[in-house]
Amino acid sequence: MKTLWMTLKFLLFFTLLTGVIYPLLITGIGWTIFPRQSGGSLISKKGQYAGSILIGQEFHDKRYFFSRPSAVSYNPLPSGASNFSVTSKELAKLVRERQLKFTVENGLDSLISVPPDMLFASGSGLDPHISPSSALLQLERVARVRQFNKEQRQKILVLIDSLTESPQFICLGEPRINVLLLNLETDKIQ
Amino acid sequence: MNALDVSQVLLYLVLLIILTPVLGGYMHKVFSGERHFMLPVLGWLEKFIFRVTAANPEQGMGWKTYTWSLLLFNLGGFIVLFLLQLTQNLLPLNPAHLPGVSWHLALNTAVSFITNTNWQSYAGETTLSYLVQMIGLTVQNFLSAATGIAVMLALVRGIVGRSSLLGNFWADITRIILYVLLPLSVILAVVLNAEGVIQNFSQPVTVLTLEGGKQVLPMGPVASQEAIKQLGTNGGGYFNVNSAHPFENPTPLTNFLEMLAILLIPAALTYTYGKMSGSLKQGYTLFTCMMIVFLAGLLISLYAEYHMVSPAGKGLVLEGKELRFGNTGSVLWTVATTVASNGSVNGMIDSMSPLTGMTAMFNIMLGEVVFGGVGSGLYGMLLFVFLTVFIAGLMVGRTPEYLGKKIEAFEVRMALTGVLVPGVMILLFAAIASVTRPGLEGLNNSGPHGLSEILYAFSSAAGNNGSAFAGLNANTVFYNLTLAVTMLFGRFGVIIPVMAIAGSMAVKKVTPPSVGTFRTDNLLFIILLTGVILIVGGLTFFPALSLGPLAEHFLMHSAVTF
Repeated sequence: MKTLWMTLKFLLFFTLLTGVIYPLLITGIGWTIFPRQSGGSLISKKGQYAGSILIGQEFHDKRYFFSRPSAVSYNPLPSGASNFSVTSKELAKLVRERQLKFTVENGLDSLISVPPDMLFASGSGLDPHISPSSALLQLERVARVRQFNKEQRQKILVLIDSLTESPQFICLGEPRINVLLLNLETDKIQ
Repeated sequence: MNALDVSQVLLYLVLLIILTPVLGGYMHKVFSGERHFMLPVLGWLEKFIFRVTAANPEQGMGWKTYTWSLLLFNLGGFIVLFLLQLTQNLLPLNPAHLPGVSWHLALNTAVSFITNTNWQSYAGETTLSYLVQMIGLTVQNFLSAATGIAVMLALVRGIVGRSSLLGNFWADITRIILYVLLPLSVILAVVLNAEGVIQNFSQPVTVLTLEGGKQVLPMGPVASQEAIKQLGTNGGGYFNVNSAHPFENPTPLTNFLEMLAILLIPAALTYTYGKMSGSLKQGYTLFTCMMIVFLAGLLISLYAEYHMVSPAGKGLVLEGKELRFGNTGSVLWTVATTVASNGSVNGMIDSMSPLTGMTAMFNIMLGEVVFGGVGSGLYGMLLFVFLTVFIAGLMVGRTPEYLGKKIEAFEVRMALTGVLVPGVMILLFAAIASVTRPGLEGLNNSGPHGLSEILYAFSSAAGNNGSAFAGLNANTVFYNLTLAVTMLFGRFGVIIPVMAIAGSMAVKKVTPPSVGTFRTDNLLFIILLTGVILIVGGLTFFPALSLGPLAEHFLMHSAVTF
């Protein structure tokens, strides 16, 4: 009976400490020092939220650079992956389709090897990045659809270069480029 | 793999090795009641809690009282968490108006979190309210981790102590949380938050995408939960895809820190153990043995992951992986999270190479003793130490002893029980699931990979790991209930024998070491111990693994698909 009482008292205490005070403390610190990050690193465009810098979006319009394939079509409710095994027939079919689609849409030689990030869906279904080589392979198509001249096309090239994120602290992660940012900036090119 | 990949792995190992004595030494001070630098900061809170609860931290408990307190404490946590989920629609902090959780899912999740498994049959962002995530899940993240360390402390005190008393359970969990888990979590949460992990109580945000579509972004207090989820080897994600989600793990730096947090405390506890047993070499022996098995698994997985044959040919396979972590960052995480009973994922293990999946599964099947869960890894490892000492004793024909105390029939029986219970649960339920309709209906892949999905689920539950071949749809009555039973046996089926050993060891007389004493702190012992772990853990599952991932590995190389 005494142990039961102790249990209740300690449960209540730790619920308050680790379930209420602790999250509120972190929220307090967050909103004081890093309000943007705490709120989801949102970007606004014309006074409206246009997305989060961390969450990828799906692009169909050929004026835009395309994101990686996604098992949930970039709908975050809920996030998800295909979970296909490497020996799955369905995955094999999808990969062939994506290979074909990517080369045709970008007017590439059918023998070109498409970067793996454009062939395989991400873990979250919300991956905001593509590899710099995937961006470069889409460059001609984007420039063509937008009827860009040489100088404007050059500007996209500079954009890709400047937006490419190197591995953090030299050795962490892969070189990558944020698709949403790239498309937002491409829209600004005159 | 290039030089940068190698340096990431090396950096990880070096930091882990450096931090082990630092944190381990600090934890020893905390657990033994010595003065330490957090006392002036939080000592008042400790005094306060002991005063209001009228608990006497000096009052030692025998093994039965200690175990009883622990079980009741966990039962209490279960009831609270279960009821919170069922009634979340009536409670505040539910801005997305999520309905109450179904009884079998709530049962599974409550068991999952009190057992430090944190298996996810649920998709956090569409199932649980902020309130449940905070005062339900976050709290159990702390409490189940503290429970694991408390059991370890009781066992070690039983082994090295001179009285039948194993310490005070309430004092132990209070100190573990106040001085170890909470400060580390605050630091990690703030850093994660700074890098972009969200922390708020806002409504889900609707954004107008660039192409004019709508995207609803889930919100919530994520950073605070993420920190303890990694540090306490819990692993239950705020979101469905766990640490693959950009709001849980936005950058390569957060990825690295979250990975480091997985093994930090389990590794450091080996040093704490060395201090407690009065011989650092005993601690380093266990650390070395763990490191050997960890590195072996890591090398196999890295090799396998860079030599896959996929529908796209021989190049890199990024299915289920996030670009910002890369291949190496995903593999390192997978191995760390499975040796450590953490179970968080940053890439989908279901889609990784068959041998990576097998290594992950094998790590869990070994009983989560390679670093293992916080506390539970070390007490599980000590069970294997007993078995090794016993087997070595049989070979040379002497009564086996460990740290001066005799290991007798009772301890060996209990140690074997603790080692075998999870294995029995895995094979029994996996067998049932692979021949019944409700078991097979949940599969996402066919062929040998389907068997792997089932085998992985029950291994994960029995090892209290929580990671998954996530294609398996486990949110069914069949899986929710069978997995819940497996988790309970996997946790308490080990804790109770461990506590019994602690009780019986505590009252044994200490004989001073002689020339004939079998040493447990040298290379020979490391080799024996590693052998016992691999043979006992490995051979039990070899037939099952051959039919699942091994078969798939060879079929993959013959380009067979299912």
